[in-house]
Amino acid sequence: METTRLIIVAVGGQGNLLASKVLGEAALISDVPVRMSEIHGMAQRGGVVESAIVFGDATSSIISDGEADILLGFEPSETLRAINRCSKKTRVITNTATLPPFTVSIGKGVYPAVETVKDLLKEKCASLVAIDAMKLAKEAGSPMSVNIVLLGALVQSGGLGFTKEAMLEAIKRRTKASFLDMNLNAFEMGYTAAKEYNS
Amino acid sequence: MHKLLNDQPGEKIMLLGNEAIARGAIEGGVAFSTTYPGTPSSEISLNLFQMSQESDLYFEYSTNEKVALEVAAAAANSGLRTFCMMKHVGLNVAADPLMTLAYVGVTAGMVILTADDPAMFSSQNEQDNRYYAKFGNLPMLEPSTVAEAKEMAKYAFELSERLLQPVLLRTTTRINHSNAYVTFGDITPRKTKGKFIREPSRCVTVPAVSRQLHVKVLEKMAAAKTISETSDFNRIQGSGKFGIIANGVSYPYAQDAIKDLGIEDQAKLLSVGFSNPLPEQQIKAFLAGCDKVLVIEEGEAFMEEAVKAFAQEAGIMIPINGKSDTLFSRLYEYDPAMVREKMAAYFGIAYTPTEKLSTDNIPELPMRPPNLCSGCSHRATFYEVQQAAKGMDIICPNDIGCYTLGFMPPLSTGDFVICMGSSVSTSCGFSKATDQKVISFIGDSTFFHSGMTGLVNAVFNHHNFTLVILENDITAMTGHQPHPGVDMERFGLKGYGRVNIEQVVKALGVEHVSVIKPFKVKKSIETIKEALAFQGVSVIISQEPCMLYAKSLKLLTKRVFKVTDKCKDHRDCINTIACPSFYIEDDKVKIDADTCAGCALCAQICPENAITPLKK
Repeated sequence: METTRLIIVAVGGQGNLLASKVLGEAALISDVPVRMSEIHGMAQRGGVVESAIVFGDATSSIISDGEADILLGFEPSETLRAINRCSKKTRVITNTATLPPFTVSIGKGVYPAVETVKDLLKEKCASLVAIDAMKLAKEAGSPMSVNIVLLGALVQSGGLGFTKEAMLEAIKRRTKASFLDMNLNAFEMGYTAAKEYNS
Repeated sequence: MHKLLNDQPGEKIMLLGNEAIARGAIEGGVAFSTTYPGTPSSEISLNLFQMSQESDLYFEYSTNEKVALEVAAAAANSGLRTFCMMKHVGLNVAADPLMTLAYVGVTAGMVILTADDPAMFSSQNEQDNRYYAKFGNLPMLEPSTVAEAKEMAKYAFELSERLLQPVLLRTTTRINHSNAYVTFGDITPRKTKGKFIREPSRCVTVPAVSRQLHVKVLEKMAAAKTISETSDFNRIQGSGKFGIIANGVSYPYAQDAIKDLGIEDQAKLLSVGFSNPLPEQQIKAFLAGCDKVLVIEEGEAFMEEAVKAFAQEAGIMIPINGKSDTLFSRLYEYDPAMVREKMAAYFGIAYTPTEKLSTDNIPELPMRPPNLCSGCSHRATFYEVQQAAKGMDIICPNDIGCYTLGFMPPLSTGDFVICMGSSVSTSCGFSKATDQKVISFIGDSTFFHSGMTGLVNAVFNHHNFTLVILENDITAMTGHQPHPGVDMERFGLKGYGRVNIEQVVKALGVEHVSVIKPFKVKKSIETIKEALAFQGVSVIISQEPCMLYAKSLKLLTKRVFKVTDKCKDHRDCINTIACPSFYIEDDKVKIDADTCAGCALCAQICPENAITPLKK
């Protein structure tokens, strides 16, 4: 089976570890081998949280610089920061809603213009899908569903080796029952937004 | 029922490496378990703690790793299968009992887990604990995948029981914190009540006894070597003239690299999972068929040096390499591309690495370092100490926990950190060696772990410093584990004692003890000033629950603050306390209502009183 390497970058609290678990479940449902690696500990105190997910036959559970097939960014400056994980073959999906780090407030850094981030990702990588997942999550019912909106966009972009139906089943199994309707809605919104972005 | 107590062998489930290890211990019939939490090992004990609440498994959070190992040693010498887990530096704390427990041995399976942290994702060093196995004469197993981690944890109990020797299970962060599918196996029934049988010629380590025990340890290790020679955890795949020897996560990287380079018919790969004692005869036979050998192991040249020695004994003259300026480093962790590139270079295989993207026109991105949380009481305490000590030439030894982050600007409090408990003892040294004012910081869990002995030293030797104990009612950094000062009823658990820090400090003989509530700024600063003026050892106990913990217990009545029009843009709030809930919009300071925890620290320091509660 072809190997697909996916990197997810997010800011602590955006729910990327749950997103990874849903992807893992979808892979199990679809009989796709999967291994994932995540960073815990001090990195969680407001820092960047990164997951690496390897689908297919490779046996490693981490992804080297320049070797991500897909980069999914939950925050635009973090997506751009992860550009070293990409090559010109990498497909990029990013949220455009910003979460400026505290260093910007204290004048220790300048947050880049989102248009610049998009232009750079488009210029360097194979393709780009950029959606305001926060806006869609709020429309779906809660900012907490931003991770599921982005999973919708990821699945629409393809290349994971499993179907949308497998993903919907994984969401049912892995997310709280009381949030299920909201999450399914959020997933569809992300899916549709990615489809429209491409057309 | 806890998912890891599931008694349906054959069921497949996605598990975190640490969950897989906890499951492996359950399958191995563990009855008794102890720990002091530490990343990357913490989720193993968290799962055992949870399972102990719904089964007859015994689990305890011990005060430190030495205590945890000694508690466990007694159980393992009373006939119970015992598991003791810790992070790599924790084994330094437990090294004293470890070295002699290895002489005494056990009467039932005992597994000691050390979770190493190459690249230091959340540790103060990246020491390679494989040397403890060699140093202490302990058989050692090292998993290379999550699934294997479960199998090894289970097997380790059998191995230990066969040799009557504790077994070291050594992981690295990329095993502990990886997820993969694991198949549940049979659960060995737990034997939960043991009996100690008196055996002074083995258990009382006076010199005459230990001289005999050392002989027995060497015999046990000779027996362990025989098992290692034929262990399924040391396996060879492929055949060819290129020899590759790898351990832990380097093994899957090597497997992938062989495939990616298309050298499956030229390379044979020895994966070493039973790594102390190394399978000497197996390695010698492996070397005999090779033209050239590459050893891939993160950390030190533990295997490489042994393999070279084996080659010398066997009269094998082929090149054997691993660590060098052009090959692998002793620093940090490895990754698949690095292994592929070094392997290609070493064996002379044509290989073009992935073309790097040019990053010339990427703007410099703002850093996102870890930070104390919004509403963290440590921020208030650090601010107040700095205010109280204004004008003094101070040294601030700090300790291991969330509050280590106090060293970052603008709080800039934390000048010396080496290990758990060192804040107190290094204060003793700094106060004698210099004329600077010493103010040190330690968390409540860390104080119980190894701060108390330093404080006794300070009282006895009449040192002169102020120790601030940050009592936030929980072990926060590692994910909210209990400690001896915690009210266990908050966990819904009965039958625990509770140790009061203020009483302990007074009983240790500290003459000047004060308590502050850090979110009462003015009063706290006054109290701190008095403590700083005291000649001798003074202790300030700063009491405020961890905000995240209080939130999870629903103890927090959230009262969000806002910046009003009275703001004259002094920016004292941002520049002195740097709470992550502040942000700048249209050149004005704002407070993010979603993340503000309502601690009111900023409201108390604003010179214009411009920060007020946001009325709903």
